[in-house]
Parts: sequence; C-alpha cells; structure tokens
Amino acid sequence: MAHAYEKDEVLKIINSVIEKVGKDGEMSKESIYHELAELQKIIEETRQGIGSSGANDITDTHIPTATDELDAVIDATAEATGSIMDACEAIEDKAAEVGGEAGEAIANHITKIYEACSFQDITGQRISKVVGALKSIETKVGALMDVLSKKVPGALRSGDDTPEQENDGLLNGPQLPGGGVTQEDIDKLLEEF
Amino acid sequence: MAVDKNMNVLIVDDYNTMLRIIKNLLKQLGFPNVDEATDGEAALEKVKNKHYGLIISDWNMEPMTGLDLLKSIRESGESYAGVPFIMVTAESKTENVIAAKKAGVNNYIVKPFNAETLKTKMTSVIGDF
Repeated sequence: MAHAYEKDEVLKIINSVIEKVGKDGEMSKESIYHELAELQKIIEETRQGIGSSGANDITDTHIPTATDELDAVIDATAEATGSIMDACEAIEDKAAEVGGEAGEAIANHITKIYEACSFQDITGQRISKVVGALKSIETKVGALMDVLSKKVPGALRSGDDTPEQENDGLLNGPQLPGGGVTQEDIDKLLEEF
Repeated sequence: MAVDKNMNVLIVDDYNTMLRIIKNLLKQLGFPNVDEATDGEAALEKVKNKHYGLIISDWNMEPMTGLDLLKSIRESGESYAGVPFIMVTAESKTENVIAAKKAGVNNYIVKPFNAETLKTKMTSVIGDF
C-alpha cells in the first residue's frame, strides 16, 4: 500500500531543494536530480493512493446501486399494493351481493384497507426524497473527483454530471412526525385565513 | 340544494395507487362518475373539455404541479374557473397551506387521510350529501 505523505513532509523536501539550489556550489546536479526523483515518487504514490481509495466506486457503484434498490422498493410496494387493492375490489363486489349488515361490515373493513394502502404513496415520496439526496451527493462527489483528476492527472476518471433536480421551494414531500402541521392545524389555519 | 352525486369528479395524482384509493372511496360515498389524470397538464386538458363538479388533486406532480393546476384554473377566466378544488397532499407545512389558500383552494387534506376526512372536506366544499 502506498505510503501516505503528510503535506509538511512534501514541503520539507521542496524547501530543502530550494534552499540548496539557492546556495552556489552546494548542490550537485545529481543531488538535485535525487531530490526531484523523491518528489516524483511522492506524487506518484499519492496518485496511486487516491486511485486505490475506491473514490470512483461512490459514483460508479454505491450510489447507483442504492438508488436502484430504492427504486425497486417503490416498484415492489406498488405491485403489492395493487394486488391488495385488486383483492379488496373483488371482496367489495361480493359484499355488495351479500348486502345487509354483513355486507356493510365487510365494506367498512375494506375502506380501512383502502385507507391503509395510502402508505405506498407516502413511502414512495419519502424514498424519492432519499434518492434525490443520494443523487445530489453523487453529483458533488463527481465534481470533487473532476477537480482531483485535473490536479493529479491519471488518478481518477471524471465523474458523471447528474443535474440537480429543480424543485419548487414548496415541494418538501412528507414530513417526519412532528415536522409538519396536522390536519387540525390546517383546518384552523384555513378558518383564520 | 342537494348535491348531485352523479356530478363528474376529477381526481389528479401521479400515484396510481392513490387514484384507485380515492376513486374507490368516492364510489363508496356514492360518486360513480370519476375521471383520472396523472399530472396537472393532463388534468387541465380534461377540465377544458368537460364540466366537473369537483376536483381533488395532489400537489407534488410533474411537469405541472397541483398548485400550478389550481392557479391555471382560477386565473383562466373561463367558465370552469370557479370549480370546487380540494388539495390532497403530503405537503403539510404551513406555507404550503397558505400558498394553496392564496391560489384559491377550497379545502386541504393532508396525506395519509381516511374516508371520514374526505367526506367531511367534500361536504364543506360542495354541501351535504
């Protein structure tokens, strides 16, 4: 594994070279060459260190995998919810055939299931927020690696530019418990408006 | 005046699950004529071509949000400009409610909601049924 050079260590070598060059006759061509070779070695090892740190993996693998997984969660919950609702609609039709108190009781329970199924919408929106945050991190890491690849040529490839999603300032999605206002608060607010 | 339960109701949401939930709840409440749209633009096209007695719309949709749909309808100057409009959304910050009210929303339901809340808000907007 490449030795991690401290900034002070590199500066010390550079200052040493400058100091020796500044004094006539004190430094031979060989010793200057030796000092420069040391610097070149440090730069090369640093470049290898950055390359082996797996920084590219963040944008190449980790974040795309995470967002794919989260997208899969959304798809899976949507599919499951669809199946639940298919069953509910079939039961509801049967409840209408049964009629009477039993039919009404079944319909009421079906209503509760419909209400509960709205979790899929809320879950989807929450996951979308996380995906947005991950993509933002991906963009920033990519930009950072672009800078690194220019400063240390060959160490890193350029990251992909993922445009930031333009969001209306009012689009915040579902709030965590205690983060937003309740239906009661909304009712009061509308009355006072 | 009694509410005509045969009125056309337009529900707008980019989640098919929510469209199904609201449609089924409306059916249970006795409103069978329900049209669907998955974003504001599609909804606006429907509003231009058909008379609706009520619009129930999500906020967070692309490319046209529910708020933009509401503004487009209210500012249209057309016969549909005053159609009753209920916003059903997960956006539950005070500034959201104020922005919707300023744009002319008739009521505001925060997700997740239940059938009773939907009925109560509908009653406050279109009358008893």
